[in-house]
Amino acid sequence: MMQVVSVLAYLLLAPLAGALLDGLDRRVSARMQGRQGPPMLQPFYDLKKLFTKQMIAVNSVQMLLNLSYLVFLAVAGSLLFAGADILMCLFILSTADLFLVMAASSDSSPFSTLGAGREMIQMMAYEPLTLLMAVGFYLATGSFQVGDIVRMPYSAVLTMPGFLLGFMFITAIKLRKSPFDLSTSHHAHQEMVKGITTEMAGPTLAIMNIAEYYEMVLMLGLMALFFLNEHWWSWPVAIAACLVVYLLEILWDNAAARVKWRVLLDSCWVVTLLTGGLNGLILMLVR
Amino acid sequence: MKKLAKSPWMLHYDASSCNGCDIEVLACTTPKYDIERFGIINTGDPFQADILLITGGVNAQCESVVRQLYEQMPNPKVVVAVGICACTGGVFKDCYNIKGGIDTVIPVDVYVPGCAARPQAIIDGVVKALEILEEKRRNYKEEKKEER
Ligand code: SF4
Repeated sequence: MMQVVSVLAYLLLAPLAGALLDGLDRRVSARMQGRQGPPMLQPFYDLKKLFTKQMIAVNSVQMLLNLSYLVFLAVAGSLLFAGADILMCLFILSTADLFLVMAASSDSSPFSTLGAGREMIQMMAYEPLTLLMAVGFYLATGSFQVGDIVRMPYSAVLTMPGFLLGFMFITAIKLRKSPFDLSTSHHAHQEMVKGITTEMAGPTLAIMNIAEYYEMVLMLGLMALFFLNEHWWSWPVAIAACLVVYLLEILWDNAAARVKWRVLLDSCWVVTLLTGGLNGLILMLVR
Repeated sequence: MKKLAKSPWMLHYDASSCNGCDIEVLACTTPKYDIERFGIINTGDPFQADILLITGGVNAQCESVVRQLYEQMPNPKVVVAVGICACTGGVFKDCYNIKGGIDTVIPVDVYVPGCAARPQAIIDGVVKALEILEEKRRNYKEEKKEER
């Protein structure tokens, strides 16, 4: 019963929460730059507008692929919020991304084709850590089931602080934060227009945005997994921790300039090795 | 202001401006004028833009580009001509390569005069364009209904 409720809550509330967080992001960013910034509800206005615009379809599959991206992300998130297998959740998360790559390469714009290539490099960069993280949770808690992980007597972060650091690093890629917003960016993206979203207009772009909100909540959910344990007070702690991490990502977004793909790949794998690799090794040795 | 008017994304194109007006357009995005407080985003992508902001007159080479940008924008959309060059051709009017103002190629909804147009005037022009955009949105919605 609890599972059904939490999955339904995720499916219904994640886009709302994601849009609100996005509004917060834009406002906080503006304040960091000494500007007033848009209203908190701006992402909702944007979505509403996108749905009223003319649908310029560059081909007949792009909308379908974007919808698949949305559905797969929603499924991945539902698995997490149902307390199911974390490995399965992460696999479906990467499958979802593949649909986005296909959607971007389906049109003829050289900018979105370039963006699709960069998106794949991004996937290559963060994928090792996500998989290692699942193994890390298994080593730390003895189970791949999210339901078991949140019922541990102590928070996972105590035994896997390295993984948390690594995960914070790749969250910047997943949330498309500078310096890792190579394939498309939330800021004016002048070096290759809008990257993967270049030829997405109106409703197609709106679907992509909603999918990103699902993804954002899913990533924060994974983040919360590090802090949750059997005690009730771990829930407010986890939510507060997620917010702090999110603000840190915004700070980084505003302070760093975009890097080249090579730097992204190298730094990501080094960080993966140093955080996840070492932490995993230690976990294995002490078991 | 409703829907569209609350989230206008603009595309800035430099037809054959002397760059004076372009600097003023960019000044609008700086902390002092901060157009993002109206939800306005300066996007580089015609597919996602609602407002086409053009500086400078049209010359023989950029005519096709202006046309293409305009056609790539989804309906409803508005065009704002910024600076006297974009309005009429300005000081370059009699040059052999200049066709004239933007309205010689695509329909223009708002003219913002000035050389260079001040940021305040540009923002005023864009806000005026929002009203027209809202009207066009209503018409567009009715058209769509009739089609069904
Ligand atoms: S109006 Fe003046 S400042 Fe603007 S493009 Fe023309 S000459 Fe330059």
